[in-house]
Formats: sequence, C-alpha cells, structure tokens
Amino acid sequence: MSPERLAEYHLLSIITWLPVLGALILIFFFHRERKQAIRIFANVWAILSFLPSLWLLTYDRRLGGIQFIEDVEWIPQIGARYQLGVDGISVVLVLLTTLIGVIAVACSWGFIQERVKEYYVVLLLLQTGILGVFVSMDMFLFYVFWEVMLVPMYFLIGVWGSENRLYAAIKFFIYTLFGSVVMLLAILKLYFIFPDYLKQPEVQQAVLQAARFISGENEPMYRMIASAVQLGMQGKGTFNIMAMQALGTARLGGAPIIPLSLQLWLFAGFFLSFAIKVPMFPFHTWLPDAHTEAPTAGSVILAGILLKLGTYGFVRFNLPILPDASRDPRVVQVMAFLAIMGIVYGALVAMAQRDWKRLVAYSSISHMGMIMLGIFAFNPSSLNGAVLQMINHGISTSALFLIVGVVYERHHTRLINDYRGLSHVMPGFAAVFMIMTMSSIGLPMLNGFIGEFLILRGVFEENRLWAAFAATGIVLGAGYMLWLYQRTMYGEVKEDNRHLPDLYPREWAYFLPLVILAFWIGIYPKPFLSYFEKPVAMVVEQVRPGYSQRLLERAERSGLLPTRAQAADGRGGGR
Amino acid sequence: MMGLLFQGLDWRWLVDQAVMFLMPEIVLAVFACVLLVLDIGWRATERRWAAYVALGGVGASAVALAQTYLNLRGHEAIGFYEMYIVDSFAIVFKVIFLLTAALAIALSVKFLDIEREQRGEYYALMLFATVGMMFMASGLDLLAIFISFELAALSIYVLVAYFKGDRKSNEGALKYFLLGIFSSGIFLYGISLLYGVTGETNLRKIAAALAAEQTPGFLAILAMVFIVAGLFFKVAAVPFHMWAPDAYEGAPSSVTAFMSVGSKAAAFAIFARIFVYGLPALRGTTSLENLGWMAVIGAISALTMTWGNLAAITQANAKRLMAYSSISHAGFLLLGLVAGNQTGYIGLVIYLFVYVFMNLGAWGVIIALRRESIPGDRVEDFNGLIHTNPVMAVLMTIFLISLAGIPPTAGFLGKYFLFAGLIETGNRWLAALAVIAVINTAVSLYYYARFIKAMFMGPVTEPTPLALTPLMRTALVVAAVMVLLVGIYPPPWVDLSRLAAEQLIAITHEVIAGF
Repeated sequence: MSPERLAEYHLLSIITWLPVLGALILIFFFHRERKQAIRIFANVWAILSFLPSLWLLTYDRRLGGIQFIEDVEWIPQIGARYQLGVDGISVVLVLLTTLIGVIAVACSWGFIQERVKEYYVVLLLLQTGILGVFVSMDMFLFYVFWEVMLVPMYFLIGVWGSENRLYAAIKFFIYTLFGSVVMLLAILKLYFIFPDYLKQPEVQQAVLQAARFISGENEPMYRMIASAVQLGMQGKGTFNIMAMQALGTARLGGAPIIPLSLQLWLFAGFFLSFAIKVPMFPFHTWLPDAHTEAPTAGSVILAGILLKLGTYGFVRFNLPILPDASRDPRVVQVMAFLAIMGIVYGALVAMAQRDWKRLVAYSSISHMGMIMLGIFAFNPSSLNGAVLQMINHGISTSALFLIVGVVYERHHTRLINDYRGLSHVMPGFAAVFMIMTMSSIGLPMLNGFIGEFLILRGVFEENRLWAAFAATGIVLGAGYMLWLYQRTMYGEVKEDNRHLPDLYPREWAYFLPLVILAFWIGIYPKPFLSYFEKPVAMVVEQVRPGYSQRLLERAERSGLLPTRAQAADGRGGGR
Repeated sequence: MMGLLFQGLDWRWLVDQAVMFLMPEIVLAVFACVLLVLDIGWRATERRWAAYVALGGVGASAVALAQTYLNLRGHEAIGFYEMYIVDSFAIVFKVIFLLTAALAIALSVKFLDIEREQRGEYYALMLFATVGMMFMASGLDLLAIFISFELAALSIYVLVAYFKGDRKSNEGALKYFLLGIFSSGIFLYGISLLYGVTGETNLRKIAAALAAEQTPGFLAILAMVFIVAGLFFKVAAVPFHMWAPDAYEGAPSSVTAFMSVGSKAAAFAIFARIFVYGLPALRGTTSLENLGWMAVIGAISALTMTWGNLAAITQANAKRLMAYSSISHAGFLLLGLVAGNQTGYIGLVIYLFVYVFMNLGAWGVIIALRRESIPGDRVEDFNGLIHTNPVMAVLMTIFLISLAGIPPTAGFLGKYFLFAGLIETGNRWLAALAVIAVINTAVSLYYYARFIKAMFMGPVTEPTPLALTPLMRTALVVAAVMVLLVGIYPPPWVDLSRLAAEQLIAITHEVIAGF
C-alpha cells in the first residue's frame, strides 16, 4: 500500500498510541501479583507495537519529504493541530525506537522482580512519548510529547534504578526540563512572528515558493504547508514545523526573512534544549548519573533512543528553520568546539572509569559529539553519516548496556575489577561483546565504520583540523573499549566468576537482531541510507542554498563528471 | 453611589434589580443563614448534615448563576447605580468560586470529624466567604469591592482560627488578621486618594477621568501604588507574603485549601477589574520614562516566583511547602496582567480555573493524610503511599505534575498562555521576564518531585489507611479527571476563559478610546 493509503488508516497514530493502549490494558485488566502474566503480555504487546512500524518501510524514497500525514484539529483557538508525519530520517528513528522498545521490554524479564506491573506501564508510556516526538509535525504537539516523556523516565530511574537512583532521577528530570522550557519560549516566538511576517505579500510569495521547493513533488506535504501558510496570512498562528521550515528557507532578494539577530536568539533557545538532550559538553553531567543508575532497560532506551532526540531536534529545527544562524561562522565554531570537546573529553573520561556501565555512558558522550560534528559540517556526506551514526549508536550502545546488564544480573556488581577472564566461562557472551566492541570502535564490516567514515569524510571536506581531532576520538575509543575488553574477558578467570552461566536463549534472542543489524549496515548500508538520503540532501540545501548546484558545477569544470549536455539521459540525483 | 443617598429608596426597583443580578449570591447567603439556624437544633452526630446542606446551597447557587448567564445572552448588565456589574468575566469567576467551595466542602467533612470540630458554622462561614468573593468579582465601584472584600476576608479570618484550642491555628489567624486589616487600610487609603484625584469611586468614571489628563499626576500614581500594595498583600506576593506560610500552616488544612484557591482567585478578579477597568491610564510601558503598574507588577512577579520557589525547596512541612508553592503561583498569575493582551488574560483566567482542581486536589490528599493521632503534615508522611493507597498516589502525582506545569495536564495549558502572552508583546523586557518564569517552572519541579519521591520511592512508614470518604474520593477523582481533561482537550475551557478575557480586552479599548 502507498503511504497515502496507509495514512488513511492512521498508521502513525496506531504506531504511536499502541503502547499507551497496552499500558491501559495492563492497568485495568491485570492484577499486580500476576507477574508472569504481566511479563508475557508486555512482551507480546511490545512485539505487536513493533509490527505496524514495519509498514513505514513503504515510505516513498523517490518522492522524499513528509509522508503518512495525518492532520486533525486539536486546539483551534491557538492553531495547534494533531499533525503527524514522517520523513526518511524519522522513519529510521521510529523503527529504531520500536525495535529498541521490544528489546527493552525483553531484557527486563528477569531483572525486574518488584512492582512488575508499574514497571511495564511506565516503559510503555515512555515508548509513546518518544515515538510522539519523532512523528509530530506540529511544534505544540512535539513539545507536549517532548515533556511527557520525562515523567516515565523519571520513574524508571527513580524507582527501579540502583543505589544512587533518587539523585540521578531528579537530576535528569530537572536538567532536561530546564532545557525544554526554554525551547518553549523559542517555539512561542516563532509562532508569533510567523503571521507577522506573512502580512507582507512578497513574504507570502517567497514562503509559498519555499514550501514548493522543500516539498518537491510531494503534494500532501505541500498542501499541509500551504494550509498552515493560509492560516498565517489570516493573521492566525500555526505551529506547523514544515511551515516554519519554509519560512526559514524562504529568501527575499537573498536575505533571510527572520533577521539574523533574532535567529541567533531562537537558535540559543532550541540549542539549550537539544544540547542538554544530546548531551553536548558541557551540558552532559546528567548523563553519567542517569545512565549508570537506571535499570538496564532504562539505560538502553536512554542511550539508544533518547539521546537521538537531541540530534534529531538539531536536524529538524535548528538547521532548516534557522539556517542563517546555524551557518553563522561564530555558531559553527562554537558548535564544532563543543562537539570536539565532547569527543575527546568523553573518551578520556571513559578511559579512567572503573565502573563498567559508567564507561559505556561516557563513551556515549564521545560518540554523540561525533554525530554533532557531522551535523554541523553541513554537507551531504557528513549529515548522512550523522543520521546513520544515530542508528549505529542506538544499536551498539544499546547492546553494550545490555551486555553490562547481563553480567550485572549474574554477579551484581558493575566494577570492572570484579571481572576477569569471562571469555573462558561465557564464550557466547564474549563473542557478542567482541562484535559490539568492534562496532563501537568502528571496525570495517561493522556498522560503526560506515557512519564514522561518512562523518569524517564530510568533516574533512569542511575543516581538516576538526577531522584530525575527531579521528583522535576514534583512536581513544579503540583504546578504552579494547582495554575494557581485555580487562574483563581475558586473563585468568577470577574465582567468583567461575560459575557465571553463558547467555540464555532469551538473551540470545534480543542480542541477535542487534548483531544482524550491525553486520548488515556494515556490509550493505545502502537500504538504510536510501531512506534518508533525500531528506538529508534537502536539509543541506536548506542550510546552504545552492550547495549541490555549486558542487556539481565544480565537478563539471574539473572534468570529474560529464557535463549535463553529455549526460542528457541522466542517471538522476548525482551529488 | 451618591444617588442612592439623595434620591430615597424605591423598594420595588431595588427588588427587581436584586432578582436580576444577585440571585446566585442571595441563594448562597440564604443557605448560609439557614445553616446557622439549623445548626442549633442538630445533635453532635447530625452536624455533618451541614456539609450536605452547604453543598446543596452551592448547587442551587450554580443553577441561579446559569439562569443569570442565560438571561444576559452574552451582554453585560450594570445595576445598583453602576456599582454592580454582571458580565462574562464576573460569571466565569463565580463559577471558579462555586467550584472551589464545593470541592473544599467535600474535602472538609471527614477532616472535621477527626478533629472533633464538626459544626454548622464552619460551612456557613465558607458560604459567606464565597458570597463575598462573588460580590468581589462583580464589583464595579471601589467601595462595593472593598465591602465585599471585607466580607470574604472576615469569614476567612474566623475560619483560620477555627481550631480554638490549637496554638498554631490561633497564631496564624492573628498574623493573618493583623496583616490583613493593615493591608485593607493601605488599600482603602489608595481608594481615598483616588477619590480625591478623580472625585469618583466608580471604576469606569475613574478611568475616564484619568484618561482625560495628559500625564497622570503624582497623587494618582501614589494612589495606584497604595492600591497595588494592598492587593499584593491579598495575593501574597513577595515582599508582602510573610503572613501566608504561617496562616496556611496554622489554619485547618481544609480551610487552607479553600483560601489558597478561593481568596487568591477573588483577589485576582479585583486585581484585573481595578487595574484593567479603572486604571488603564496608569498602565505605563517598560521604558524608563513611562513606568506604571505594569512595570511594578512585572518586577514583583519575578520576585514572587523566584522567592516562593526558593523558599519552598527548603520546607519540611507539607503545608508550608504548599504555601510557598502557592506564593510562587501568584507570581505566575501576575504575568497575565503584565502581558495585558488577550492571550495573557486567557492565561490568567484559565490558570485560576485549573488551579482550583490541581491545588484543591493536592490539598485534598494532604487532608486525607490527617488521621486519628497522625498529624500527617510532613513530606515524609507521604512515604510509600503507592503501596498503601495506589489510587491516591497516582491522583496526587497528576496534581503535582500539573502544578509543575508539565503536559499533558491542565497546569501546562495555563502556563502556556501566560508565557505566550508575554512573548506575544514582542517586548524584550517581557521576554526576559518569560525566561525567569520558565526557569522557575523547572525549579518548582524540584519540590513537587519531593512528594513524588516520597510516595513512590520511600518505604512505607505508616500503614494506617487514609481518612477518605466516598464524597472525598469523588471530589478528588473529579479534580484529577478535570486536570487531565483540560490538558488533553482544551478547546471548551479555552473558550470559557476567552469569554472572560475578551471582556477585559474590550473594556481596555473602550476606556482608552471612548469617554
């Protein structure tokens, strides 16, 4: 079925709200003492919620843009609508979320013994919150999901976490809330200036042109933007994200419609929220606590998906809506500096950790810094790499947290020194750990390599110094990960490690999809890239108007490409 | 006003006017008087019937209010020599007061049983206070406002001191009473100065007289300062907030619940009425040459939010904590007046509307913690509530999340409109104020989360079941459902608030353009 037909069946709503439905069923139909029944139901329901998201693979990659659009009135007085839609970037992130959702539910089977019912309720609610953020096309709705998500996460860390959970939970909650309320002001400002600017006829023209440009041949998307622009012309506000992107992309005689000074303020508002979520250095201090104290499923969701919300925010809001602020040399300098700081600092601190889980947590800071650097290099290669690396990081870091969860469940300690020679007693586990270590380091044939290669290639094009620093991060990454592997897996078996059992079938079941994906992306990434190539190219075009055109001309001049006259039949869409 | 004295009274006319305008208040006052009489005849065990009679009175008053609303058909009606106005603004506020009274009465019954203080006069006083508040919302004349204000205040002074044997109750009441009459004096002095400047006590005529002058005189500004100071006392804005924590802690919890919502809403009703109707000429801007009440309220609001929040963080007593939280909410509410546009006024009204449910809900759970021999007013008393009473723990969480302003609850909607009002002005000072406000939102989460932490992550320390009656359960569930309903499906409630807000906007334009 085509995306338009599926949208008529409310595919995105189904994907988003299925977990909540499951939570409601759990609340009302399951007694809290029937733990086994609750576990079975939650696992089945998680798989059931994953299946509809597979329909998203019918996303029309040739057409690009926002598809599966749903649009219902919500609060007419302020123009907030229940608008859902996904582009290629959100498609892969939604799929990652639903997949990790299944794994998070599955990995809690044995670990969670108390308050089982509440646990799965919270986990399912969290799932809806995250999915909502990825599919919202209305900033108000986006914001609602963005904040709603914090509440279940707070409970997840605070109730089911380890010793220092209370501190970690409230720190996470307040930190992220602080960022998001500032974003609310930026959203409000955008909401109020939109109709103001649209009073001028030439702006209306330019915005509609930009809408046409960013939607290409995607008629439903154009209709969505045009109706939002209509609202703006009548002096009413709209929260439509794509209409804001059109406003940001539109040019009046080469000048932006939102003046640069205001763009910088708005950029700061969004930046704070997203940078805390990513987290970028120096806003990262909540992360090691939250990741370390959370139960395994919490860490998996935090590292695997929640952090991507920040980078997704940059790609969805900052770059396309505020392109002039984004490519302002001062901003780029600061962003690159912070990203590189994150890469190097995160890696160095990870190296010094004695706590296995904390080490993985700090490695996340380093990897997320790499993604941020890729985003702010603004070329198709680096941005494609960044989006792919979001997926890769989701796969490999989730797996690494699962690995910590496995040993913690068996031995109830996270200190690296308490483990030695595990490869002798848990060979299967050691193999999985090896694969994921290599994936995290970026070994060719595994997913991490493709993402990091694309990012580095793009960054190198922009600034060789940045690329040099980023490469150090990879070297350091190999250092701490291999050292960790060596300390825990090799050597003589520690006495109390001797009877740790190898992976159970249930554990194999949830490691297997991650391992398969790691190899698949590493060997043949094209199917994944093909989903977001076009949307990413559009983001580049929005933040750097005419970039691909200039690139093409340069290639033609230097004789690298046949001129357009020679290639009249055109294989289409070359960069 | 003066006409009343000189023309002599036409009784028939007066009765007509009263039937037209005052039915809700009359009904409520009659019920209150009847309660006082009935109470004499009741035995101690029968006294709880007073609560149901009082609830009936609130219901009957609500019916009368609906009748008045239908009679008006969206118009406004002014009567009693322009002292009394019934418009959608007044009606929406009266709805808020009646809801507050109903919920507070429902939460009181069991509590008074436990305290062995079940008496009819308690409910009668609550009804009288509500009558006073309803008059406040309709006052168009400063004297009418002042008198109704005192009716509400006096009833509440007595209610705060209702536990005669309790030292804290007496101390709180005395502080509240002394500072209350002190602020009333300041307020009255402001009124007299304003009368001296304009020769009027009617708000519309004052507005016209002030608008006629090019620049406001010194006395007019002085009068404005006194009035605003008096009102800051009433809404417990920093630095006039000192009475609030003591009064809130000392008063019986059910009274605190009632006054923290009802009195606050009433004070904001006259705040909006006096400043938007009477003193638009003194509004001023944010530029240094032309400062007016907007700048004063803006500065005080920033101070109130911040101080209330910071003080709340350190409290160990749940009642004191909620008192400081309510101070910081007063700061948020002032933002609506500072913004001074429709969005801001909608924010003010809808925030008060949802504050009824979220704050009374939270207080309801605190009241339920008061059991035989357990004071239940510390944050630790919430420990492990999820194990002993999961439903109440979940309801309390909904109320707290709403108070912290996190979607999808109603509290978020209120905060949204208040912030949006500030941003809509496009003024950078007001944008800075909005930044202070949002930071405070994040800070406030910290102390609300202390309750959540205790309920969900604390060990069970007190297995005694909560003091709950079916009536109370119903009230709390209704409040929670409203908190979620307003948050998830806002359109009808936004419309309701817009009715009131449009009244303020219309009058602002009319006063500035006309006369």
